[in-house]
Amino acid sequence: MVAFIVRRLLGAVGLLLIISAVTFAIFFLVPKAAGVTSDDLAGRFAGRQPDAATLAAIKDRFGLDDPVPVQYGKYIKSIVAGDTYDTGTEKIDCPAPCLGYSFRTNQSVLDQILDRAPVTLMITLGAAVLWILAGVSIGVISALKRGTIFDRAAMSVALAGVSLPVFFTGLLSLAFVVHSWNLLPEVNYRGLGDNPFNLLLPWICLAFLYAALYARLTRAGMLETMNEDFIRTARAKGLPERTVVVKHGLRASLTPIMTVFGLDLGLLLGGAIITEKTFSIPGLGQLALDGIFQSDLPVVLGATMTAALFIVLANLVVDILYGVVDPRVRHS
Amino acid sequence: MRSPKVVTGATAGFVALSLGLSACGGGDDGDDKGGSGKFNAGATAVANPSDHKGGVLKMAQPDDFESLDPANIYYAYGLNFVRLFSRTLMTYSSKPGIAGTEMVPDLAEAKGVPSDGQKTWTYKLKRGVKYEDGTEIKAKDIKYAVARTFDRGVLHNGPSYFSQLLAAEGYKGPFKDKNLDAFKGVETPDDYTVVFKLKRPFSEFDQVVGFSGQTAPVPADKDKGVRYGMHPVSSGPYKLEADYQAKKGGTLVRNSNWDPSTDPNRKQLPDKIEVQSGLKAEEIDSRLLAGTVQVDLPGSGVQAAARQEILTKPKLKANADNPVAGFHWYLPINTKNIPNVDCRRAIVYAADRSAMYRAYGGEVGGVMATSIQPPAIPGRDKGTDMFTKADPNFTGDPTQAKAALAKCGKPNGFSTVMTFRSDRPKEKATAEALKQALDKVGIKLELKGYPSGTYTNEQLGAPKFVAKENVGIGTYGWQPDWSTGYGYLQPISDVKAIVPTGNANNAEIDDPQINKMWTDVTAIADPAQRAKVYNQIDARIRDQAYILPNVYAKSLLVRPPNLTNVYFHQGYGMYDYANLGVTG
Amino acid sequence: MAADKHAAGKRAGAERDAKAAELINAVPGEEGGGRGAPSAFLEVRDLKIHFPTDDGLVKSVDGLSFQLERGRTLGIVGESGSGKSVTSLGVLGLHNRRNAKVSGEIWLDGQEIVQASPDEVRRLRGRKMAMIFQDPLSAMHPFYTVGHQIIEAYRVHNDVSKQVARKHAIDMLGRVGIPKPDQRVDDYPHQFSGGMRQRAMIAMALSCDPELLIADEPTTALDVTVQAQILDLIRDLQQEFNSAIIMITHDLGVVAELSDDILVMYAGRCAEYASVDDAFHRPLHPYTWGLLGSMPRLDRERTERLLPIKGTPPSLINVPDGCAFNPRCAYRDLNDGKSTTERPELRELEPGHKAACHLPLERRREIWNDEIAPKL
Repeated sequence: MVAFIVRRLLGAVGLLLIISAVTFAIFFLVPKAAGVTSDDLAGRFAGRQPDAATLAAIKDRFGLDDPVPVQYGKYIKSIVAGDTYDTGTEKIDCPAPCLGYSFRTNQSVLDQILDRAPVTLMITLGAAVLWILAGVSIGVISALKRGTIFDRAAMSVALAGVSLPVFFTGLLSLAFVVHSWNLLPEVNYRGLGDNPFNLLLPWICLAFLYAALYARLTRAGMLETMNEDFIRTARAKGLPERTVVVKHGLRASLTPIMTVFGLDLGLLLGGAIITEKTFSIPGLGQLALDGIFQSDLPVVLGATMTAALFIVLANLVVDILYGVVDPRVRHS
Repeated sequence: MRSPKVVTGATAGFVALSLGLSACGGGDDGDDKGGSGKFNAGATAVANPSDHKGGVLKMAQPDDFESLDPANIYYAYGLNFVRLFSRTLMTYSSKPGIAGTEMVPDLAEAKGVPSDGQKTWTYKLKRGVKYEDGTEIKAKDIKYAVARTFDRGVLHNGPSYFSQLLAAEGYKGPFKDKNLDAFKGVETPDDYTVVFKLKRPFSEFDQVVGFSGQTAPVPADKDKGVRYGMHPVSSGPYKLEADYQAKKGGTLVRNSNWDPSTDPNRKQLPDKIEVQSGLKAEEIDSRLLAGTVQVDLPGSGVQAAARQEILTKPKLKANADNPVAGFHWYLPINTKNIPNVDCRRAIVYAADRSAMYRAYGGEVGGVMATSIQPPAIPGRDKGTDMFTKADPNFTGDPTQAKAALAKCGKPNGFSTVMTFRSDRPKEKATAEALKQALDKVGIKLELKGYPSGTYTNEQLGAPKFVAKENVGIGTYGWQPDWSTGYGYLQPISDVKAIVPTGNANNAEIDDPQINKMWTDVTAIADPAQRAKVYNQIDARIRDQAYILPNVYAKSLLVRPPNLTNVYFHQGYGMYDYANLGVTG
Repeated sequence: MAADKHAAGKRAGAERDAKAAELINAVPGEEGGGRGAPSAFLEVRDLKIHFPTDDGLVKSVDGLSFQLERGRTLGIVGESGSGKSVTSLGVLGLHNRRNAKVSGEIWLDGQEIVQASPDEVRRLRGRKMAMIFQDPLSAMHPFYTVGHQIIEAYRVHNDVSKQVARKHAIDMLGRVGIPKPDQRVDDYPHQFSGGMRQRAMIAMALSCDPELLIADEPTTALDVTVQAQILDLIRDLQQEFNSAIIMITHDLGVVAELSDDILVMYAGRCAEYASVDDAFHRPLHPYTWGLLGSMPRLDRERTERLLPIKGTPPSLINVPDGCAFNPRCAYRDLNDGKSTTERPELRELEPGHKAACHLPLERRREIWNDEIAPKL
């Protein structure tokens, strides 16, 4: 098991190296191919009508004139060995893993990520609880009542839900629920200190999208599982139907749900971009988006690698959980 | 001063959605939210005047200031905002109307005294003005603040006037050279005198000193270089409660060491001022209309959805202003790609001004331009129509256009490229209107849209790109660094203003007459005399068809009923943030 | 302790008897309900289990009746699809009422099962009647330990603590011959060998001392030596608990070893019902002859060919007219075409020996004695 985890983590390191290299390439080489010079690049960080001295100073400060492989090497080195950051008045020590400093806000990228991660975590976890509860129970009931009106209604709503992105449901609910009908307060959530129930609307909108998916997934899994021999055995033992469904049926259907859940969670933890944008919540997704729009390379790199790390970790956790949930995996 | 990038992310879906909303939301708004307002009440006078102290003033913005370091800001709204906690030698007068464009003393006792043929400018400081910690502000603090701006790597967002104008050859700034005596551009003969030494005469130095935050004093021992913007030391009525959190916001509280008797340009009414960053533009509009946010910081006006709602509901409209905002949306005609003046004139003749006016929203969107300088420039002549008419019914003069083409030697017309910002529907509509009008006289426009994020740096603002892509005409807008003919016209018409990226002289005007006027005008001491020269340059630009005038922008601003002392400030092109109060 | 519990179960059964009798008396003359509670421990009367499908009505069981007493074993044999397993699930009340139509009567120790509420039947399952399934690997939940599954079966019917139930589970595992039961109790089904798994399955089925045990092909998935051990085990346990056993199998060898009586099913009906002795030595139905002929026997020379039944079992949607077996029957032309027109009734031809065949009894005895028996 330990060897397995170590091997997977080493793989993750390799993956992160590749992702950072690709991000670097996209940042520098793609614009270069389109004719953008390092002056143009520097111009993005200057006030208007920048003079030559300003452009030169910016290129020097951000190292934009260094060959791309050299810049990449410096980046990786600062992650491994740390770096110092020159604010002008002092040199700040940036211990490994140093993800550099934002070109825009001059803050440590790692600090920014650590500041934003709990926000995204709150969005994601809150929504995840809702969508798991709602999606799985609707899926189970639908499977047990296959073909009934409930089943059909639930699956139609689920189909609609899967096709309704958060920016649609979010805008709609903001406009009506918050601004027209004043049913919920304005969504203001900027950090762990804020009241988490401010996130109710984002939770519901995000959960609606995913609950729909999970309801369909659960229903399909339950339909399959409830035909298994061991369900017949459970009934033959005289177990109450609730125990049969939940403890025997649902438990066995959980593996595929868990897999998808792990991946969804990993993806969202890296930044619930659309939800954060729609509801103006400063999470990792907004950080990444701002970084991209503002050509803030260190932030883009940090956010990309964080997202990749979350996905890799989520995959790893899912694989480990497989062993917990399914003893056959554990013993093989 | 640069205006923020207007976020026009209003997708068709959202517009449809909001149309639906305004249809169902109808009528129940505003009963309790004061009906005292009058449309445009804050456009030319102070609306809702009050001395009521207290309350929390809430401001919001979709993006964020480039910094809160007063020396590291170029956006007008950021400069407007930092006046709340930083005082400079000179500043804009806090008055509605054209009076607001005047530079008046702030930390200085009086306007700068020029000598040595406009090459030396001397300012005397008011005595007893203090930082938030009670320390008195002295001349060396101003010198240090100006010296910092020489480090273009550390303070790369702010203007570079000082490093360009001051006689401090080779000086790299205090971060690289700790010895402030090495900085010869500013002298401080005593604690209350600041003397600027210029390389060449510059008669509008008061404007240079006042328009930006770069003369806001910085105590050298409190400087944190690139990170000073997280918590700049206050000299104004408010101070930061804690470190400002980039992309999240921060809170200003009263600065007890600010003395109103030394500062006629600011008030200290609210107890607190809260800034929230990263709030979607549409969400800010909704909150402005609900009164839960009082100020949309960028100040460029509401989005399409809210605009529709405000204009159709009298109660909302009563609490809105529609002033001429400072931008002139014009169309530079590139002199490198269309060198013949008659070919350029043909474009001006043929342009359908009526359609282009409507593209900007007609009466609510703007005023038809006659001169290049917008009305907010003191001393500006209204100008006369040259080869075009500022008339809502003028759809172009094809006959004259064809005659001009013939004179140009291209009676059958020619082809060129026109650029616009693809995420700005108004520019797109303008480009389409022009293409249609020019088609009639045989001038073929190929329209190319680019994202606004790169437009001024990498497309229209990059001469290399303009040459490569044969860009003959583009959509553009300009708001001056400061409100004079120099501030407006020099960057867009002086050959010396052409830069490789972020270029504003998009026509690449290199006109010997104009160049000479620019060289000479900076030595003229009398503002009225200078204004005359600016008007000549303005006329020359139109005569040579370097720029096709279009529309002076009007913005639609929401003035929530609980916001007091609101007026449109012509110097900043938005409400004056340093004098606002809040009730209820 | 086990004896106490047994007695308690009996008392409860007696109460239910009274109740059931009341119920029956309350609705005299109702179809299938008129004859009241039987004296046999298990009596199935005219059981029909039909499944409506898009293609038509699948008559999996179509009028089956039989009886079984405590301590006795009934072997139900037949090919796949003949309705054996459907019958056993019917007895357990495991058919989903939404997709299966069940009619007739099933009386277990005085309690009618077909008309009873689902919850009443559930309380009988696992306690009064239990089932051993064919493939213990798929029949046991892969995610729970063997012990957990036995404990669960025990605790659902007995209000005892987990510790007590666990001791009972270990005890049961020991009784079915699993070595080191106190350790194996925490193993998962996949950690058991096939035979051990079947033993564990049996332990689970017997955990509440059921009076009726239904074993559905309990040894099919096992190799021969293990098979024998399992059959021995079932026999021993039957003697110990005095249970009634229904042994469902297609393997006549298993039946021969374990059963007292045999019910031969064909197309959802009973083709022949007899004691083991009669069925093996004096069978009266051509289908039974076929089954016997298909049975490999070690005491014969390999060169001698078996007598397989030609053709395949009929579709249960379109059962052939007349005798369902007629398309495959070598003797169908010997009775004036009645085979294809008239369904033969199940008749008691000798005491305790029933068969459903149009052929004259004497003719059948001749064929068996002259043509079939010598070849076997």
